[in-house]
Amino acid sequence: MTKPFRGVMLLTIAVACMALAMAVSNALAQDIKIGASLSVTGPASFLGAPEDKTLHLYVDKINAEGGVLGKKLQLVIYDDGGDPNKARTFATRLVEEDKVVVVVGGTTTGATLAMAPIFEDAQIPFVSLAGAVEIIDPVRKYVFKTPHTDRMACEKIFEDLKARGLTKIGMISGTDAFGKSMHEQCLKVVGNYGITVLADESYGAQDSDMTPQLTNIKNAAGLQAVVNPGFGQGPAIVTRNYKQLGITVPLYESHGVASKSYIDLAGPAAEAVRLPAAALLVADQLPDGDPQKPVVVAYKRAYEKATGQPVSTFGGHAYDGLFIVIEAIRRAGTADPKRIRDEIERTTGFIGTGGIVNMSPSDHLGLNLSAFRMLEIKNGDWTMVTATH
Amino acid sequence: MRGIFSKRRMTLLVLVALVAVLPLVFPSGYYYRVAALVWISALAAVGLNILMGYAGQVSLGHAGFFGVGAYAVAIGPARLGLASWICILLGAAASGGIAWLVGRPILRLKGHYLAIGTLGFGVLIALVLTSEAKWTGGPDGTSVARLAVANMRISGPTAWYWISGFVLVFGAWLALNLEDSPAGRALRALHDSEIAAALGGIDVARHKLWAFVLAAVYASIAGSELALFDGFITPDTAGFLHSIELVAMVVLGGMGSVLGSVVGAALLTTLPQLLTVFVEYEQALLGLIIMLAMIFLRLGIVPGVQRMLARSAS
Repeated sequence: MTKPFRGVMLLTIAVACMALAMAVSNALAQDIKIGASLSVTGPASFLGAPEDKTLHLYVDKINAEGGVLGKKLQLVIYDDGGDPNKARTFATRLVEEDKVVVVVGGTTTGATLAMAPIFEDAQIPFVSLAGAVEIIDPVRKYVFKTPHTDRMACEKIFEDLKARGLTKIGMISGTDAFGKSMHEQCLKVVGNYGITVLADESYGAQDSDMTPQLTNIKNAAGLQAVVNPGFGQGPAIVTRNYKQLGITVPLYESHGVASKSYIDLAGPAAEAVRLPAAALLVADQLPDGDPQKPVVVAYKRAYEKATGQPVSTFGGHAYDGLFIVIEAIRRAGTADPKRIRDEIERTTGFIGTGGIVNMSPSDHLGLNLSAFRMLEIKNGDWTMVTATH
Repeated sequence: MRGIFSKRRMTLLVLVALVAVLPLVFPSGYYYRVAALVWISALAAVGLNILMGYAGQVSLGHAGFFGVGAYAVAIGPARLGLASWICILLGAAASGGIAWLVGRPILRLKGHYLAIGTLGFGVLIALVLTSEAKWTGGPDGTSVARLAVANMRISGPTAWYWISGFVLVFGAWLALNLEDSPAGRALRALHDSEIAAALGGIDVARHKLWAFVLAAVYASIAGSELALFDGFITPDTAGFLHSIELVAMVVLGGMGSVLGSVVGAALLTTLPQLLTVFVEYEQALLGLIIMLAMIFLRLGIVPGVQRMLARSAS
């Protein structure tokens, strides 16, 4: 046998293995099939990987407890690597090949918007785990989402500013997808709170020094606070530069930095910074009477025990999506996609990690501002802001 | 080789047969979609093959032209009220124009410098598409109006399978004709040795430039097809990773072979779909298959297999 033939043979063996694996997966067709296309790898993997782990963790758990409606759940997850084109192909595959009855996730806004028309056409309910408000506004009949929108984060910040009597702010925003979208949403709602933006600066996602922009903001006369819509390492640098320049007015970060790594990166400069975040982040600090406390504490324990990694709000979105869907299937009493859709829309009083969800035909998110908690960083840890004055 | 079964005719025949016969074995729309994606990527790869395979020049920024075509059909109909099909042509013209402008200085570079130059160009286009949010919708992407011909909306995998299949056959036919023309021979001559080609009376700079322009037009049309097919587009389409994917298609399939570009596009598009059953080992297996193919079929798949067949026949 010549060398090239060996290569061809290896390829043939690989293809044969795939065919076998496909045959096995088809044999399990009696189960309730839940589909997902997540960005488990690629630039959005810090969102997609915890979502993936959460879905696996809880579907296994539910199946071990006897499944839903006497049937086992079967999870079909594809990794789109954050590529909307791939996500759309996987969406087609979930609908036409795997014949799933409901889909949880879409990690990124781009992937979600690329997939939505496929599920609309196929009339399969789709619960996205991505942030942007465009996903549910205008309402699409079959598309829902679980994470808070960036507009809500802006409103939460402005609410807190107003309560503290601060009305003249500066903004410094990242130019990545997250920062751009939130910046835009903030400007849309800022007028509702009687707050004026004195200086509006931006920085690139990879920039390592924001002193010039912050100097401009510092020089704005009458400045009372600064808001920083951003994601990743950018806000940590903003925070450090902020202290270096000796700016003393309050600094507000976004829910995008709601992870321990922000405090680690920004160091002591993060002291007294405020930001809106989901209850999950302060699970153990919630008062005992808080309706969300049992849910977020249980999720945190289960996730950290199973994966050995700290819990993140992103995995929490997947938890919420999965259980909204499962409760809808239980209420519908059938795995018919249209009936599941109707029941998802009727979700009321669902207590998730992101907040208490009340959906309606005109609201496919179902969260209000109470879903966000205003946090302040004290002694290198999150604390809840109780009195807003 | 000059008879009915010349290489050119055989390649076209194989392509036409593939496009015509494959739907007979497709059980669902999902297969049409994957096949349409293969034809679309293959068109861009066939174009890039003119530059890489024939003329021997590297472009690491080719997805930039793909992005120009894609955003032409996104922006034109939505912002300027132009018909989609006009925007395909405008996008192709713009890509060709940009290629002509940047190609003149960039193609004077050689080897690694040329690679870096084209890479920088591709990154620039992706950067513009990301930051000009007013026009392009920014990093989250923008939706694309459907193609409409005589008030009929063309969408769905089946329609796009036939459109992209037809465009690919047409594009391959042009590329094959070029290969056997004086211009094609000139390109291959400068591929082997630019000095020898110049001594032979070939205008090296001009030929390189036209190969670059042609490759850009192919990529642009493929980009327009993808945007209209998906109805949604993000700046990632024009990104560096996509450029690398296009180069990988050409190299894996076999440089200088039109059929090779199609095979390379088919492998890199379908393998991620086939390998999903291996879940977390998917990426590793994809890498392994590409590595094995490059180790055992060093010329690329199609020329490698052709040589093997020729050897076993003699």
